[in-house]
Amino acid sequence: MESDIILRVNGREWPLRVDTRTTLLDALRERLGVTSPKKGCDHGQCGACTVLLDGRRINGCLVLAVACDGSEVVTAEGLGTDGELHPVQQAFVDHDGFQCGYCTPGQVCSAVGMLEEVAAGWPSAAGRPVADTPVLDDAEIRERMSGNLCRCGAYANIVTAVRAAKEVSR
Amino acid sequence: MASTSTRAPVGLSSVTRDGIGASPRRPDGTLKVTGEFAYSSDMWMEDMLWGATLRSPHPHAEILGIDVSGALRLPGVYAVLTHEDVPGEKRYGLEYRDQPVLAFGKVRYKGEPVAIVAADHPETARRALERIKVDYRVLEPVSDARRAALDPDCPLVHEEGSLPLHEEHNQRGNRVRYQPIRTGAFADGASVEEVRALADVVVTGEYEVGMQDQAFLGPESGLAVPAEDGGVDLYIATQWLHVDQRQIAPCLGLPADKVRLTLAGVGGAFGAREDLSMQIHACMLALHTGKPVKFVYNREESFFGHVHRHPATMRYEHGAKRDGTLVYATMEIVLDGGAYASATPAVVGVASSLGIGPYEVPHVSVDAYGVYTTNPPCGAMRGFGAVQACFGYESQMDRLAAELGMDPVDLRIKNAVSQGSRIITGQEIDMPMPMAEMLRRAREMPLPPDRSSLPAPSDPRTLPGGVANTSHGEGIVRGIGYGVGLKNLCFSEGFDDYSTARVRLEVVGGEPAVTVHTAAAEVGQGLVTVKGQIARTELGVERVTILPSDTRVGSAGSSSASRQSYMTGGAVKTACEAVRERVFALVRERGLVEDGHPDALLSLSGGKVVSAAEGVLISLADLLGGEAIEETREYHHRPTQMLDPSRGQGSSHTQFGMCVHRAVVDVDVELGLVKVVALDAVQDVGKVMHPQQLAGQIQGASAQGLGLALMEEIQVHDGVIRNPSFTDYLIPTILDTPPMRIDVLEHPDPHAPYGLRGAGEPPTLSSTPAIVAAVRNATGRPLTHAPVRPEDIVGIDPPQG
Repeated sequence: MESDIILRVNGREWPLRVDTRTTLLDALRERLGVTSPKKGCDHGQCGACTVLLDGRRINGCLVLAVACDGSEVVTAEGLGTDGELHPVQQAFVDHDGFQCGYCTPGQVCSAVGMLEEVAAGWPSAAGRPVADTPVLDDAEIRERMSGNLCRCGAYANIVTAVRAAKEVSR
Repeated sequence: MASTSTRAPVGLSSVTRDGIGASPRRPDGTLKVTGEFAYSSDMWMEDMLWGATLRSPHPHAEILGIDVSGALRLPGVYAVLTHEDVPGEKRYGLEYRDQPVLAFGKVRYKGEPVAIVAADHPETARRALERIKVDYRVLEPVSDARRAALDPDCPLVHEEGSLPLHEEHNQRGNRVRYQPIRTGAFADGASVEEVRALADVVVTGEYEVGMQDQAFLGPESGLAVPAEDGGVDLYIATQWLHVDQRQIAPCLGLPADKVRLTLAGVGGAFGAREDLSMQIHACMLALHTGKPVKFVYNREESFFGHVHRHPATMRYEHGAKRDGTLVYATMEIVLDGGAYASATPAVVGVASSLGIGPYEVPHVSVDAYGVYTTNPPCGAMRGFGAVQACFGYESQMDRLAAELGMDPVDLRIKNAVSQGSRIITGQEIDMPMPMAEMLRRAREMPLPPDRSSLPAPSDPRTLPGGVANTSHGEGIVRGIGYGVGLKNLCFSEGFDDYSTARVRLEVVGGEPAVTVHTAAAEVGQGLVTVKGQIARTELGVERVTILPSDTRVGSAGSSSASRQSYMTGGAVKTACEAVRERVFALVRERGLVEDGHPDALLSLSGGKVVSAAEGVLISLADLLGGEAIEETREYHHRPTQMLDPSRGQGSSHTQFGMCVHRAVVDVDVELGLVKVVALDAVQDVGKVMHPQQLAGQIQGASAQGLGLALMEEIQVHDGVIRNPSFTDYLIPTILDTPPMRIDVLEHPDPHAPYGLRGAGEPPTLSSTPAIVAAVRNATGRPLTHAPVRPEDIVGIDPPQG
């Protein structure tokens, strides 16, 4: 079965006819040529396909494109403004928060979404009382970024980069 | 030089930023954080077809027939090819040509490619695979590597006479390579019983290392484009373009120059891209259909699409004097190479020669076997044979320390190698090896605070089990452990392991600019950054462009064995020196210095030619004008030797690297869960080229060692992989990876460019035994299997079936 949908990707509108079984990730990569979300596992296990869907971080491989009709999708290549990197991206560059870089577009989208979750006062799964204002220390950064695998093991620098980006965004 | 006094200096101080020792940003960094960096899976051509691979469902079977007609009838299918369609050589291989491009006669592992399809959509290609009928007669799998090594009645994986024989590797039956090493009394024929009598204390141990997956995040992929000259252009993520070319071309029946490779973005490698995966398949389909063909494996297929780390079983015996002085050691190691040789011969060479580790032992006997089985093929993975042995010998050192009642660090220091020591192959360690100092430094690093002093000891984020809320902190025991690993760096055993660099200096837009061209694979290690740093340092020019890596320049060798900073770094340095000599010749030609002025007094810095005596002579822009200077150089390391086949003697290695780890763990002894609290490392790298990237290499290697210690194992039962997904094959997350303190030493290796030592592998060796030792320290369990499983900690038998 096919459906006509409209995807708004990185500020541009795309009318699209999709097989209803198409994931958002495949629609982005194979239909629209937006290859910044990467395919690492196809099963929501690695986080390389993380994008922001109406501002929330999601795994592009676990969402059907047809369910995103009319939604705003931002990928890593759409994070920056006026040719400037997003502060999170700049922090990843400055602190060497990656090696091969394959997980990086997902990491930066995840970090951007996560910082907004913290700013909005969302609790993590860390078992703190829900009433607490979240304190984004290193342990909490690790907890909240744990859905994005990095096989190069650049985690120490990812923590540093996210911490630095948090300082900038204050 | 009176004449120079009349020349106005352009500027007396000249510096070049971002040379070696600095931490400039990665040149590919911006594209990687925006996601615009094109990995092999991102390649796209409008008229391209999608390739797919039919794989054997059986670990061992005879192929009675293949019928592709049903697949060919499916609309959208352009080609279905089998072994009959391979245009040239039917087999390929890294060291031995023993692996079929597409299976013929027999399949020897589950997942072996049998047929390939090109179709207009990946889904069409997948459906076409379902329509290929293969008639198999299933054979008994050969899944026990020990039996394959030692039982002459074990069925053969490869028929007698079907493989090229390598006498120097003692091949027999299923043995790909058998390497004995005998030193001291063992070399004179003494028996273990006789040597054992020399020792006061004897410890024995049997250890296993599971099959580890490289698990790079960017699965195998590539794009083959047919060319008008009858050749093919392949855009591919690999570790060594030229060895791919050398294997692909004969199978396609083409001369090498008609198979042109360009490196596409590499989403991690760690050894898994040293062998071919879809390269020949994509080229065959592209040549057959006349259209570009793209392959992308998914995660499950990736588990079948590349070689893994050899699982190993090891038996050790160590004897020592009462004061801890080692007297003798024996080791038997069986490495399961799976169905095809891949890098098994070289892995055996490393595992045997480094089998006893960095210790002075007068009498040693090693028997190392690499064997064929019908298990998944195994080959290169970061650490390459040294990882398995390190888990064995370091476990033994702890066992011996316990038996002697000695501190495990003191025991290691007492027997430590140092510069001038000989390893068991007779090779002298002719470079600094301050192992005792490194161990002391590791021991003296500050320890993380006790659990009792944490502000919130019941914060689940600090507990094994994390926010799964498995406990409130009861039943948690802390442990500390150490590990030391000795790794060979660069290729070994007589291999002429060279790299090539082409360096061009010219003036662009009024500024001097350097272009560096090599075929070296950037796999995330940061070689592109280091190449630029070397060019800046050697030529005093800040503006450096690194050209894409391809086969239009000579081989760079592999991005393996921690060798690229050394080898391609050496090649770039040598080519820069050749360019610099020509610059200085030009300076003399122009009369800017007197004839006979020694080059040693000249240098390039800040885009200028500088004399030690007189300051700036001229800017490169003025000197060169429209002229370009280009030089290509090969860099070779000193020659190495094969190990002799009977006693394993020979200077087989180029360079040695060492890392020491101290691990601190909290173990939930009731649930068998472990949290690594700290994983601190001391490593001697000779010379720090890029401090930031170096730290990343050490942290990343340590994390992969952590994975092998606690979670990573491909479960193979009767030749079948049971966990080919990231749900069931676990790799460390950011939560599993603790803060790491890193202490880097710089004792230069006089044989290496800048004195550097390859740095990417040594921490992979030592972090695994350090973590397992810490868990043993906490639990008192023997823990002889890496990775440690919860049932090992709790002390119950693993689930059966």
